[in-house]
Amino acid sequence: MRAPMLFIAASLAVVAAAHAGSGAPVPLRVVGDGIPEPLAGLAGDPARGRAIVVDRQRGLCLLCHTGPFPEQRFQGTLAPSLAGAGTRWTVAQLRLRVADSRAIDPATIMPSYHRADGLARVAKPFEGRPILDAQQVEDVIAFLATLQDKEGPKR
Amino acid sequence: MTRRGVLAAALAAALATAAAAQGDGRLSGFAFMGPDTQAMQKDDTANPGMLWVAEGEALWSQPAGQSGRSCASCHGEAAQALPGVAARYPAIDDATGEAVTLDGRINLCRQRNQQAPPLALEGRDMLSLSAFVGHRSRGMPIDPPDDPRLAPVRERGEALYRLRQGQLNFSCANCHDDNAGGRLGAAPIPQAHPTGYPIYRLEWQAVGSLQRRLRNCLTGVRAEPFAYGAPELTALEAYLASRARGMELETPAVRP
Repeated sequence: MRAPMLFIAASLAVVAAAHAGSGAPVPLRVVGDGIPEPLAGLAGDPARGRAIVVDRQRGLCLLCHTGPFPEQRFQGTLAPSLAGAGTRWTVAQLRLRVADSRAIDPATIMPSYHRADGLARVAKPFEGRPILDAQQVEDVIAFLATLQDKEGPKR
Repeated sequence: MTRRGVLAAALAAALATAAAAQGDGRLSGFAFMGPDTQAMQKDDTANPGMLWVAEGEALWSQPAGQSGRSCASCHGEAAQALPGVAARYPAIDDATGEAVTLDGRINLCRQRNQQAPPLALEGRDMLSLSAFVGHRSRGMPIDPPDDPRLAPVRERGEALYRLRQGQLNFSCANCHDDNAGGRLGAAPIPQAHPTGYPIYRLEWQAVGSLQRRLRNCLTGVRAEPFAYGAPELTALEAYLASRARGMELETPAVRP
């Protein structure tokens, strides 16, 4: 038994590495209004996720959203606060909202962070690549799930 | 007057300056700036764009090309040069039937009438000349030509304005129509009225054209920027000018 399990684990690692290497998005397995399974079976890290969320080159979140980030000046005003996101949404819902918000509302201005299709005139260095790779999406989800706030805005 | 009264009066004056011209909800980017930047624009001795205007004025009288003619040779001395002309671009060039920007017109004039090579788009000389010609229309209303040949150009510009593009998948309209007045990070989002080009932008530490601004936004949403002088940028300029009809030209404006 051990050998096949190792083989599967190794294969998954190769698949994940291949995706990371090519930069192409992994398939999104949507069930209802969410994505229940972690992308590429990866585990997210909330600390890394927080760093991505506040990074204006990687996550870009604070260009539009405000949130519980007292050290961050100049947070955007175009989108709801991230405070309490982990209370308002399940992890599966958060994963779909981050990975492919267009699937929920085609008119939303929120980018689909883990899709590279259906886009026009993408600059060459970004062509075929998602904004965040699978690991980064999982990190962001893991962090957003920690934003528990019973008083946060209602969905 | 009480301190509060002084503040209220100052605020009212600032708002009046920014908005009085319209009353239809359209606002120049000037209205979205802080008072320091507004003061810099309003004071010609503090507005760095005036350096480009002065350089342009010198170029105006400088002979170029095999013709040995300067702009002044045909258009007259700088003090009388081309009032109101910058407010009417983009316009149709009758010889080709194509829409041209003010910069494009300057280069056509150089090639046809001065037998001079075109100036590099976004180069120092072109920006100086367009800043000078633009300044000659300062305070006048933006006045796009009623030329039916411009209609398809504006339509193309509007389609591009509404096209979601780039890896971040934003259209111009997503921000500048639907979220004007909001803040993208630190930056207030203006209504995309090209009232002061070429502008002195603090971020650039230089004067730059509307096309530079458009390319900046395209790069920001991670879209492939159109090349300087591309017909797509002319079309966008024509559409934006039609939206800003009647608004006051501020060239050279200062922007953050």
